[in-house]
Amino acid sequence: MSEKKRIFIKGNEAIARGALAAGCTCYFGYPITPQNDIPEFLSTEMATVNGEFVQAESEVAAANMLLGAAAGGARAMTTSSSPGVSLMQEAISYMAGSELPGVIVNVNRGGPGLGDIGSSQGDYFQSTRGGGHGDYRTLVLAPGTCQEGYDMMIEAFDLAFKYRNPVLVLADAIVGQMKEPVIPWEPKAADNHGAENWCLDGAKGREKRLLKSLFLEDGALAGQNRNLQAKYEAMQEEARADVFECDDAELVVVAFGSIGRIVKSTVRRLRSEGKKVGLVRPLTLYPFPSEVLRDIAKKGKRFLTIEQNCGQMVDDVRLSVRGIADSEFHGHMPGDLPGSDDFLAPIIKHLED
Amino acid sequence: MSEKLVFDAPEIMIDRPTHYCPGCHHGVAHRLVGEVLTEMGLVDDTLCVGSIGCSVFIYNYLDVDAVEAPHGRAPAVATGLKRAHKDKFVFTYQGDGDLASIGLAEIVHAANRGEKISVVFINNTVYGMTGGQMAPTTLLGQKTTTSPNGRSAEEHGMAIRMSEIIGGLGGTAYCERVSLDSVKNIRRAKKALRKAFEMQINGTGFGFVEMLSACPTNWKMDPIAANTRISEEMIPYFPLGVFKDVTKDGEE
Repeated sequence: MSEKKRIFIKGNEAIARGALAAGCTCYFGYPITPQNDIPEFLSTEMATVNGEFVQAESEVAAANMLLGAAAGGARAMTTSSSPGVSLMQEAISYMAGSELPGVIVNVNRGGPGLGDIGSSQGDYFQSTRGGGHGDYRTLVLAPGTCQEGYDMMIEAFDLAFKYRNPVLVLADAIVGQMKEPVIPWEPKAADNHGAENWCLDGAKGREKRLLKSLFLEDGALAGQNRNLQAKYEAMQEEARADVFECDDAELVVVAFGSIGRIVKSTVRRLRSEGKKVGLVRPLTLYPFPSEVLRDIAKKGKRFLTIEQNCGQMVDDVRLSVRGIADSEFHGHMPGDLPGSDDFLAPIIKHLED
Repeated sequence: MSEKLVFDAPEIMIDRPTHYCPGCHHGVAHRLVGEVLTEMGLVDDTLCVGSIGCSVFIYNYLDVDAVEAPHGRAPAVATGLKRAHKDKFVFTYQGDGDLASIGLAEIVHAANRGEKISVVFINNTVYGMTGGQMAPTTLLGQKTTTSPNGRSAEEHGMAIRMSEIIGGLGGTAYCERVSLDSVKNIRRAKKALRKAFEMQINGTGFGFVEMLSACPTNWKMDPIAANTRISEEMIPYFPLGVFKDVTKDGEE
């Protein structure tokens, strides 16, 4: 096995490098803090892979450029942060409706509105409930480390083409702005899952192709929605979670992204003091790892969901364990940067309740 | 008795009745696009970006690959598509609500970047599919369902002249306004399309053709009166002509 070389980089750069390793050849974006390292890095690096870099006139345009490149069968992506991702929702809905693959990175910042540029998990609902108009879902991956930022980009492109669906990577300002060692790796070969059989590349020697989300004939839209729902059902097998010290735990904390990582430190400290606490850190937010939580609930565990928002993922935790258990909630307000100390008191309180 | 075919539709036109109202010029514009693509040998290499409104169904009438864009975003979608397939011919087909209102940013910036795409802009001064509401191109005094007393400058502002805007941008290679109200003007429209399309094929830059068109239904006119309105009311405000041609005036 060849020696793996570690590089010391920011999470945003890890995301950009992961996209390049995944074979991304088209990048479209618009500057917004705290994700600017991604377009800045790719503005020069895209040329090294003979790719395209466009600084769009808006997030609206960037997401629609993504739609266009995706219709052409290209491995394409855009990146933004919360207010910008709100502007992208129109195109994301159209991509879901037209079944186009693309990767959208959201380096979540504080909100609502302009909020602040600090870290937050306030976009959980927007990410996992579709975000735009109509009945659709996007696959959502949630990195909590720079390495996961890199790895999940490679996974995101593969999933986008496997399901012909937009994939959202929901990072946050902590993941994007922290710096840590990352081991880069190149996947064997990009698998576009037969994109050449549906993409637009000129109708030479074949029937023309039409990629659309308008279905006016009687029953046509109902049929398309049934197809989409079947696809979302099939996606459920992609659900993943990092399960830590849950076997003998009396209280299982559920937390994702960088907050999940900070809570892991808290759980380690409590374990060293003999307190029986575990952690489930969802790695996919849609599909949500409901089976993992349900199996744990069946063992009689109690749950505490911790998020850097006012209570969003806790809904999914409760739905996952419904009929068996419930989950308490502790919210750390966006606009305030937490450390592992901040979670000691709430976890102990719920452990001893 | 043998028959000699002297006139026919180009093969790229799909043989089906259009859904357009009597006297609507979309059919004429579609045919012109189809003829030019066929004559230039581009049929197998063309990627069409449809927009919103009556014209979204252009993909039902032209036998080419196509994708639908959200309202106004066709130039951004075309940018992504062209960047992914630089060797293909990419064009958008957009109405005035789509291009001059909600999509103003996208068209201005795609033109200004000099994207190697072609844009066919149908200006009939009204929203068609949504039922005759005021457009950014609605003329002063023109009655629509949202300007029932006629457009007034004080309330609604002036009609936007898009070719003047696009022609003034650095990335535009070709920009012309034509009209579909007479045979002579239709012939001129076809030449304009060919010039704009050539600018993409030879890599010169962004091509834009604005076509003054009739919407008899929403103008509440018969087709003949609608044609007369174009020549007597629209052309005086929207003058025909070439607003930019980098191959002629020596610009960059």
